[in-house]
Amino acid sequence: MYNSIQDLVSQAEERGAGLWKIVLENEIKLSELDETSIYKKLDERYDVMIRSAERALGQSLPAIGGLIEGIASRHARFAQQGGGLMGGFLNQLMARAFSCSEVNASMGKICAVPTAGACGVLPAVLLTVGEKYTLGRREILEALLTASGVGAVITKNATVSGAEGGCQAECGAAAAMAAAAAVQMAGGTIHMSADACGFALMNCMGLICDPVAGLVQLPCALRNASQAVNALVSADMALAGLTSVIPPDEVIEAMFHTGRMLPPALKETALGGIAAAEAGKRIQAEIFSENP
Amino acid sequence: MLYLYFCRFFCYGTENYKAIQYKEGMNLDISIFEVVGPVMIGPSSSHTAGAARLARVARRMAENAGAVTHVSFGLHGSFARTYKGHGTDRALVAGALGLREDDERLSDAFSLAAAEGLTYDFHEIVLEGSHENTVEIIFTLSEGDPFTVTGSSLGGGRIAIKRIKGFDVDFTAHVPTLVIVQQDEKGVVSEITGVLAAHGINIGIMRVSRLAKGETACCVIEADANISDAVVDQIRRLNHILSAQAVHPEA
Repeated sequence: MYNSIQDLVSQAEERGAGLWKIVLENEIKLSELDETSIYKKLDERYDVMIRSAERALGQSLPAIGGLIEGIASRHARFAQQGGGLMGGFLNQLMARAFSCSEVNASMGKICAVPTAGACGVLPAVLLTVGEKYTLGRREILEALLTASGVGAVITKNATVSGAEGGCQAECGAAAAMAAAAAVQMAGGTIHMSADACGFALMNCMGLICDPVAGLVQLPCALRNASQAVNALVSADMALAGLTSVIPPDEVIEAMFHTGRMLPPALKETALGGIAAAEAGKRIQAEIFSENP
Repeated sequence: MLYLYFCRFFCYGTENYKAIQYKEGMNLDISIFEVVGPVMIGPSSSHTAGAARLARVARRMAENAGAVTHVSFGLHGSFARTYKGHGTDRALVAGALGLREDDERLSDAFSLAAAEGLTYDFHEIVLEGSHENTVEIIFTLSEGDPFTVTGSSLGGGRIAIKRIKGFDVDFTAHVPTLVIVQQDEKGVVSEITGVLAAHGINIGIMRVSRLAKGETACCVIEADANISDAVVDQIRRLNHILSAQAVHPEA
């Protein structure tokens, strides 16, 4: 069993194995499923992730309020045409995160990883980095195992609930999971994976949850895209050799305490942040007066 | 109210049973499938997936009592305030039609209900002391009294059934669960557990609640293994049993 990122790292070091192996073996013990069954379940979930990351790229999906309708397909075209300042690679990453958010908002099928609101980060990162290094399904699932180990630690020692910890706990946690996975896919060490997880949370420490009209659309979709980019920024920091002065486990703890300090208005209640901006309040009034 | 607890430590690692937070002690393990999942229809695990799941579990219990002709949903708390934005209404109707929370037809629930001739209505209610996301579901049956189930959506798609036909209960339906209504007579509970033991079904948690001493009682048993129709039939044939039904997480 592992209770911290440090546990994962030291067990992996002792065994001379990847982080994913420790996570997998723990799951076998915990669930009493064999390795094949665990991979099968992961594979099914990864299929759902891929479909949600691709479904809105070629079509707009209508949703109540329609605040993010069509953003994924427009961004996919932008990426194809070269992708502006950051180029095709990062813009394709963002388009995929947008797609997941659009599918989710339109009552489509997603995998809540770690939550429905943050369901775009992991699919975008796994798919896009997997393509970059032409990785096979098995290697991507190994990266997903590492990500889920990080997610389990954050769930245990902090929270992945926006109502409890703000957006840092949802999209931020997803970015931390994805950063560790991205390092692994890029061939980095287990220490780099651990550090990348800490960097991702540092980069969004204190991020609030302020959904306009209470809908899981805006800024949720933007945060999915920007936290997917954060995951790669954090992974590159680690891959370049930057080491974390603050141990990742302490960053996770800090995220939790920060979340506790955030007032309820900034945690999913739609009473603060952009939800409380004039335009945000107007949109809320419009949406809910149409359907009395 | 009498509660009998035969508790074992937590059953974990099941589908759609997401992360409960344990900040202290940290001696409980979390399955990766609580982090990577559930697979669900968006946008909200508590307002959409949990709502669909609640209504589906309620429907499974109601349809045992008779043919359902109409469903009335009483929405409390956050469910009442935000249900339209999160598709809670469609999710509830979908669940009442028996659709799973990961069924892509969920967003078409209203037209599916029309096609099946199931009518429904929504209204706001206040259930003092209840969880923010609570719904009271009243099934009108073609014959007999309506069948009422109250439940809460706890987040991450997890649910708790809190009341069935006037009996206070508390179960999550994430493991096979047996719901029995019986006369409050000596020995009934031991006969029920005897049947389960004879079929090698281990009991995780068991609770009995009753309206008044000597009247009717409701017994909820959470089991470690699936409970077959044969087992349920055998329990129904015991003395003093008024009704018995099994609810399976994936049914």
